[in-house]
Amino acid sequence: MMLKIWNWLKNFYHKMGSPKWFYDISGRWLPWLTAVSVLLIGVAVVWGLVFAPEDFRQGNSYRIIFIHVPAAFLAQFGYILMAVAGIVSLVWKMKMADVALKCTAPIGASFCFIALVTGAIWGKPTWGAWWVWDARLTSMLILLFLYLGVIALQSAIENRITAAKAGAILSIVGVINIPIIKYSVEWWNTLHQPATLKITEKSTMAPEMLIPLLLSVFGFYCLFTLMLLMRMRNDILENERRTRWVRNILMEQT
Amino acid sequence: MPETKTASLGSVLVGMCRRDLAMAFRRRSEVFNPLLFFVIVVTLFPLGVSPEREFLSQIAPGVLWVAALLATLLSMDTLFRSDFDDGSLEQLLLSPQPLFLLVLAKVLVHWLITGLPLILITPLLALMLFVPDESMEILVLTLVLGTPLLSLIGAIGAGLTVGLRKGGLLLSLLILPLYIPVLIFGTTAVQAAAQGFSVVGHMSMLGAMLALGATLAPFAIAAALRISVS
Amino acid sequence: MSEALLEVSDLLCERDDRLLFQGLSFSVTSGDVVQIEGPNGSGKTSLLRILCGLSDHFEGAISWRQQPIGKVRQAFYAELLYQGHQAGIKSVLTAQENLQWSGVLHEDISIEQINAALAKVGLQGFEDVPCYSLSAGQQRRVGLARLFLTAAPLWILDEPFTAIDKSGVAELEKVIAQHALNGGSVILTTHHELHLDVSVRKVKLGEAALA
Repeated sequence: MMLKIWNWLKNFYHKMGSPKWFYDISGRWLPWLTAVSVLLIGVAVVWGLVFAPEDFRQGNSYRIIFIHVPAAFLAQFGYILMAVAGIVSLVWKMKMADVALKCTAPIGASFCFIALVTGAIWGKPTWGAWWVWDARLTSMLILLFLYLGVIALQSAIENRITAAKAGAILSIVGVINIPIIKYSVEWWNTLHQPATLKITEKSTMAPEMLIPLLLSVFGFYCLFTLMLLMRMRNDILENERRTRWVRNILMEQT
Repeated sequence: MPETKTASLGSVLVGMCRRDLAMAFRRRSEVFNPLLFFVIVVTLFPLGVSPEREFLSQIAPGVLWVAALLATLLSMDTLFRSDFDDGSLEQLLLSPQPLFLLVLAKVLVHWLITGLPLILITPLLALMLFVPDESMEILVLTLVLGTPLLSLIGAIGAGLTVGLRKGGLLLSLLILPLYIPVLIFGTTAVQAAAQGFSVVGHMSMLGAMLALGATLAPFAIAAALRISVS
Repeated sequence: MSEALLEVSDLLCERDDRLLFQGLSFSVTSGDVVQIEGPNGSGKTSLLRILCGLSDHFEGAISWRQQPIGKVRQAFYAELLYQGHQAGIKSVLTAQENLQWSGVLHEDISIEQINAALAKVGLQGFEDVPCYSLSAGQQRRVGLARLFLTAAPLWILDEPFTAIDKSGVAELEKVIAQHALNGGSVILTTHHELHLDVSVRKVKLGEAALA
């Protein structure tokens, strides 16, 4: 049994070293992912914006959480994914991990930005200002800086392999710092006590609000995966443009 | 062929430090420029905002810490650059001695010539910013714990960007977010001390971060250098 | 036939979308002098840096004493001396201090040994002069003085004759030949015509080479 698992892992490792295999298999997943994400997000957004009840404290303005919360989750998940890809890339030298890292960065950064903007939209009716130095928003802002740092570093290095490794190191250093940064920002926040954005506690959230929220979160995860696979496929085509299988694909499309 | 006698780890550390210290003393601007920058930046705040006593004493910890951050960053870019340019970095990487130790020596010397002067001049600047006496000690102590950490984290950025032509600004963008926890704990400690509260929590966090940095950063720096040279 | 010290098999290097070399295989044993040949831009320096483990932009296997170099890095470096394109010395330090630092990195060496080595490369009297006041050729000679201070069996030298005058070139050739006769190995690149007392194997880049 263990031997079977070990062999499967070895097989997977070899396959992941082949861009062509990844390209083919991700191509088969794309239509499903598209369908699922569109469906989930569509249902969740419509349900949340139209059908879910009003929050007794915040009225209708809380509805932005159906976009803000998934975006925030994904911004954090994205960075962790980058760091994991970085570790895999440095330790096991898997080509796909390099590509995954490079492609996750801009997607994660975009979700981070969306989380910040929707956080501001949420904040405006609640305390009348577009931005407050709330602990979570501030942590998200710093996370955006960390993302932009990885993107800037990778784009400054011309050699693809070197850029991937440097990005890996920076992501790993960043991910170790993220809990420290969050803790320190919360500490800072409690001392200065500005207004806080609070989602109604998950456990006390009415199911009519919770379910669309969960649907939205799952939908956004699918969207994230979809966008990641699409970016990775693009990157593979660019990197392997001199191989025969890529040239065949490109010729078929023109 | 002569017999191989590799040096012991302690003497390696000492030897590396001696070399970097010798280089620093012969290029004295590397020591003075960050210090001068620190002083000038601090004076910008009374000039640019307000010289009133109450206002300055309130923003003093933040101003001193931010200025220390920026001054350290300024000096970080040159940590490995000259070695990279003249081929010494390659020789460093080809040494059979453990790279993390060689790197630690470089960062230690960097702190001695950058962080330590900052710490020594801070009491003078603190007087100029009307820092209350109760928090003066804590201010210096936070810098004692914090500036080595700034050098360690900054060196990671320096290692990653040493091969790039305009590495300096990129280095700042990479490292400043990582400096934020150090900044927060440093300044809140001083503010707490000014109000008579306990600073045990802040100082333990700074100490823990320094311990973590001192053990992990050298490996990250070593990995970054190998990547930059390849 | 003695065991191979450094073995390269099926090496491929690609830089900036250009394939520099592929299918490169050769081995180096004690007493070998190997010259890497090829036109400018053919990847000679890249190959030397790959052999040192400085660059890992390659595919294929490199082993030191039958172990992959990634696994025995410290042991490999204890037996390797590399002189790259740049002199590898600090211009603000004196020649003596530079070599002392080299000793810190590799093996303990005494001041007497350093001064003797500097004398051998024709820098007697320049031991405690800061290197920025030496000429380019003199600076390179400070780097080459390490050849007299090292016990490393394998020397990898990239264009060692650059900026060296005629008599210096002859001296250096003698040193290289002597090292090979003593059982050491040398891998080098040079534009200069080698006249060594020992036979030189050539590895041509731009075609799959053989041992």
